[in-house]
Amino acid sequence: MVMSMSWFIPENEFDIFVKNLSKKRRLFVPVKENSIVRFVEFKDGIKPYFEKQATSSAKNTIFPQTETLFRFEYKKDPKDLKKFSVEISETIEAPETVVLGTRPCDARGFLVFDKVFLNPKHPDIYYQNRREKSLFITMTCTDPEPTCFCKAVGSSPADSLGSDILITKVKDGFFVETITEKGEKLLNELNLKDGDAYSKEAEKVKDEANEKLESPFDTKGLSADILKLFNTNFWEKELAHCLSCGVCTYLCPTCYCFNITDETSDSEGERIRTWDACMFFHFTLEGSGHNPRPTKAERFRNRVGHKFSYFPDRYDGMIACCGCGRCIKSCPASVDIRKVIIDLKEAANESA
Amino acid sequence: MTDREEKISELIKNELNNVDFFIAYGRGYDPIHVKPLFVYEEKDLDDLVMNIFCVHNNASYLKTVKDKKVGIVVKGCDSRAVVQLIQEGLINRDNLRIIGIPCTGVISIKKLKEKMDISRVTEAKVESDSVIIKTSDEEKRFEKDDLLADKCLWCQYPTPVIYDHLVGETIEPSRPKELEYKIVEEMEKEDLNVRFEYWNKELSRCIRCYACRNVCPMCVCQDQCVMESRNPHWISLKSNITEKVMIQLIHAIHLAGRCVSCGECERVCPMDIPIFKIKQKMNQIVEELFDYKAGIDLEATPPLYTFQVEEAKIKEREW
Repeated sequence: MVMSMSWFIPENEFDIFVKNLSKKRRLFVPVKENSIVRFVEFKDGIKPYFEKQATSSAKNTIFPQTETLFRFEYKKDPKDLKKFSVEISETIEAPETVVLGTRPCDARGFLVFDKVFLNPKHPDIYYQNRREKSLFITMTCTDPEPTCFCKAVGSSPADSLGSDILITKVKDGFFVETITEKGEKLLNELNLKDGDAYSKEAEKVKDEANEKLESPFDTKGLSADILKLFNTNFWEKELAHCLSCGVCTYLCPTCYCFNITDETSDSEGERIRTWDACMFFHFTLEGSGHNPRPTKAERFRNRVGHKFSYFPDRYDGMIACCGCGRCIKSCPASVDIRKVIIDLKEAANESA
Repeated sequence: MTDREEKISELIKNELNNVDFFIAYGRGYDPIHVKPLFVYEEKDLDDLVMNIFCVHNNASYLKTVKDKKVGIVVKGCDSRAVVQLIQEGLINRDNLRIIGIPCTGVISIKKLKEKMDISRVTEAKVESDSVIIKTSDEEKRFEKDDLLADKCLWCQYPTPVIYDHLVGETIEPSRPKELEYKIVEEMEKEDLNVRFEYWNKELSRCIRCYACRNVCPMCVCQDQCVMESRNPHWISLKSNITEKVMIQLIHAIHLAGRCVSCGECERVCPMDIPIFKIKQKMNQIVEELFDYKAGIDLEATPPLYTFQVEEAKIKEREW
């Protein structure tokens, strides 16, 4: 943690700020395409969209949907064609990256990733490299939506945890404050105006934002409640309308599950890591043909269980959900995870 | 509850003993988000709604509950999926109880989203040809036709084609049939390069969540789908444009003579990719070649279920 320093960007200079950010680094910004908003690499002509929470989370910025772990090539020995060797080449790609326009929930999502991928015993070098070279500039959520529930999972619309820089919209522009050393270093480069004069106004905006949201449920005892209902038909009935697609998991800032496959053609190929989702049948399909989660009821139970029970039980109580509400907003069948939790607490209570 | 909702509720109550459960429509998290409602017991009916936001095709669930006795509430377009599934022998008519709802169209949430901020809707209602949406800050009135899903604008089956009970009066089709393939025809006026660029751009957003497949009432391969299968390994798991294009083309081709134009694939797409256009192109070809529309006639044989040495409109030998 560093001493928080502050800067100010007048409204009409924000475009220049964006452009300057992109000069030496790869910059991701939210962009509106058709009716959706997603994080894409900034280039000239792209118009960032900061008005609403992006449809998809920012996880693709350091956890791409497909990444090559290494390439390989089988080579025959010309002297003895029965013999061949395998050549392997490294492919770590980790350019300096700035992600602008995340919301507190997006930035916090990576704290869940960190627990898994930066585990000191076996850090994931691909993730680690990109994480170290990435910086998150988050915007205070002055307009949290009714689907937002970050307060229930220990956050708030002005939460800076997980971000490097926090930007708060004030009347005449943007109040910018550093959260981490990384953030401070970047801002020092950019020659911005001093922000002290706006700090009071920004604090007020943040306080108001924090007050705008209520918490729809209490996570106390939730982990035990989930385990209590593990072998009941609660899940089958509650999630009967779930389509078992990957919308919720793929838009989620904290869902980090992946698959590793070799994609080969002729004598060469690559080992890739791709997003995977516990909502899919193939996710737990075993080599024998047995599937421990054969229907969507077990699969959705895992999604809720992982986020609110198994993960916090393993990682010092950290809930693997940042309350962004994307899974609610974009669900084709209007599954509402808040309702699932409220109903499951009630069901666990009744079965007590 | 409206009169119509009362009637549906009453019918379901009476039928509940004959089935394992009923699939109707229920209140979602706000007035414009309805959810498919699974009714196991009478008290589940408290949430029942039937309105212009009942967008889902409840027949999407039939493929997953084949061994159950199921009741289902369907609109005209949804009912075509039920018929097609029966035609193909994929579900058993005797296991079904069907409540049909004559329908004058459902809202496209994506169209509404283009016109206003829909994150804070407190009330939504229909007054003759207008839809009124209230949020915490404003009240907006729209022409109903401006908000309807595309499929509703050319709908020829406002009344379900199969049902045990019909709630309300039969509605005669009044929409222009010529509009049906307009989205395809408009696209085909464009230069090939323009179309190529268009699909590259649109499909690049695909995140391979398979919502389009899972919601499709006719995608019955379910867990054996080639989109994910490693054996056969026809598509890699990469997220390149080639895979994304292949996925959509495979989906469309597997639907030849089977797609009932419910448009659910496009509605559920979280990345707003206009994939219904691809299905409509396939449907146009099938209609031209075989004079066939899927899911209309229980007795008809889907064109790809038969074989003729010489098809009337496919002149192989003249090629």
